[in-house]
Amino acid sequence: MGAGRLYTAVAAGGFRRYATYRAATAAGVFTNTVFGLIFVYTYRALWDERPHLGGYDQAQVVTYVWLAQALLSTLAIGGGGVEEELMERIRTGDVVIDLYRPADLQLWWLAADLGRAFFQLVARGLFPFLFGALCFPVYLPADAGTWVAFLGAVLLAMLVGFGIRYLVALTAFWLLDGMGVAQMAWLLGYFCSGMLLPLNVFPGALGEVVRALPWSSLLQAPADVLLGRGEPLRTYLFQATWAVVLLGAGRLVQSAATRRVVVQGG
Amino acid sequence: MAEESPPAPGTRPGKGEPTGQDTRPGRVTPPGRVVEAVRAYRLIAAMWVRSTMAYRASFAMTTFGNFAATFFDFVAIMLMFSRVDALGGYTLPEVAFLYGLSAVPFGVADLAIGSMERLGRRVRDGTLDTLLVRPAPVLAQVAADRFALRRLGRVTQGTLVLGWSLTRVDIDWTAARLLLMPVMLLSGCAIFCAVFVAGAAFQFVAHDASEVQNSFTYGGTTLLQYPPTVFAKELVRGVTFVLPLAFVNWLPASYVLGRPYPLDVPEWAAFASPLVAAGCCALAGLAWRAGLRSYRSTGS
Repeated sequence: MGAGRLYTAVAAGGFRRYATYRAATAAGVFTNTVFGLIFVYTYRALWDERPHLGGYDQAQVVTYVWLAQALLSTLAIGGGGVEEELMERIRTGDVVIDLYRPADLQLWWLAADLGRAFFQLVARGLFPFLFGALCFPVYLPADAGTWVAFLGAVLLAMLVGFGIRYLVALTAFWLLDGMGVAQMAWLLGYFCSGMLLPLNVFPGALGEVVRALPWSSLLQAPADVLLGRGEPLRTYLFQATWAVVLLGAGRLVQSAATRRVVVQGG
Repeated sequence: MAEESPPAPGTRPGKGEPTGQDTRPGRVTPPGRVVEAVRAYRLIAAMWVRSTMAYRASFAMTTFGNFAATFFDFVAIMLMFSRVDALGGYTLPEVAFLYGLSAVPFGVADLAIGSMERLGRRVRDGTLDTLLVRPAPVLAQVAADRFALRRLGRVTQGTLVLGWSLTRVDIDWTAARLLLMPVMLLSGCAIFCAVFVAGAAFQFVAHDASEVQNSFTYGGTTLLQYPPTVFAKELVRGVTFVLPLAFVNWLPASYVLGRPYPLDVPEWAAFASPLVAAGCCALAGLAWRAGLRSYRSTGS
């Protein structure tokens, strides 16, 4: 019971910490909205040319764009999650303090990241989405059940997203400056999550591959549930499998990494 | 970063001149100031290049990452064209032409002074004070701060796309069109530099809101990669008359491609990019001065 309270407190701390920077949040909302506008027009031009591309109609693809902007910072697809801080702590050696704590390293950072993600979902996700819904003809499901199912898929996406980024952060134990790996991971995530183009528009074998990769759990999976194109249970299963695999791999790498830590006196 | 040397050797306060030259009007003539600024910029940039090279693997990866970031942008465009033949009436080589003419000037501006987007951080933690007491122009110091050679990756990628598009796109080359190409690249670079400087000036006022700048820098270059015919008229109007990003490539490139611009603008507008760039730089310079004057240290 005590452990549950501890991680809840860490998550709440993460939420409050990001809530402190109001100007930064407003700036982020503005930027997400601008990018949303750019994508909406280019996608609409694309769907004008080829209606029902990837099974979406015009309204559905507009929803997809604003959903993507809403989830970008929530899932830290392009960076901005706790992994940057963790890598810096590994580089400077501060991670030793984290290891001293009577808490699990992975769960601690997962809790902190979930707190951050919930704040970003509410603050940076909701406003661009509302803007899009008010200014463009969008597709929104009428029944509450779909929305609940969608939130479930977002929650699983948060776990998968953290699973990937935690592995990335741990590379700093070997490389010290892990920014190169982090940057590559963000780029790959940006492309393979469908942030640049919905994954069901990807042609042929490339489409098959990206739809099977873990990044498709992040944006494409919740989008499919919201747009009524995916069976929620099958989507959940896919996401949960990747979450278990990635978090499990994170544990293994973590135990290998912490055995390497040498505290330098000073 | 073991070999980190002081930024500009011999320019520390206490060596002859106790204060920065800004407080002594008339001591340094304007051309002298420019030379001094360029020298300071070069020294600081060289220092950062050396310190980057301490982590070579990371440098190689981030340079490649920088290349790949924009490469994926272009892959997304190619994937779109795997499903359609034209976007907003433009073919793939024509979109690639626009893409290159947006990515190259932006990439060069980003390489040169892109680190200015970090100014808010310096304002917040008070480290800007260090730059203010050094006898070198603050703008040059901020522009060269954390100079990142890895940004060559973006320039390289844009150049490759531009080169490819030139072999594919059907242009009726005249002297005017040929001349417009270098003019477009230089003016575009100046316009994006002005955006970076103006964005940094804004961060004196709102230090936490540095991300707003991304809308106009990264957002701007992304917008310009697509044909103007794709966007709503109001948006095109805003980008032409309010924040004149359209002069980076949309207007001049429409002329080179021989395509009508979606707005009703006179033909000479295609050649107005240098003027617009000069105007933008002047305004950004004024904004920078105003920002710097309004700066108040955190005081700790």
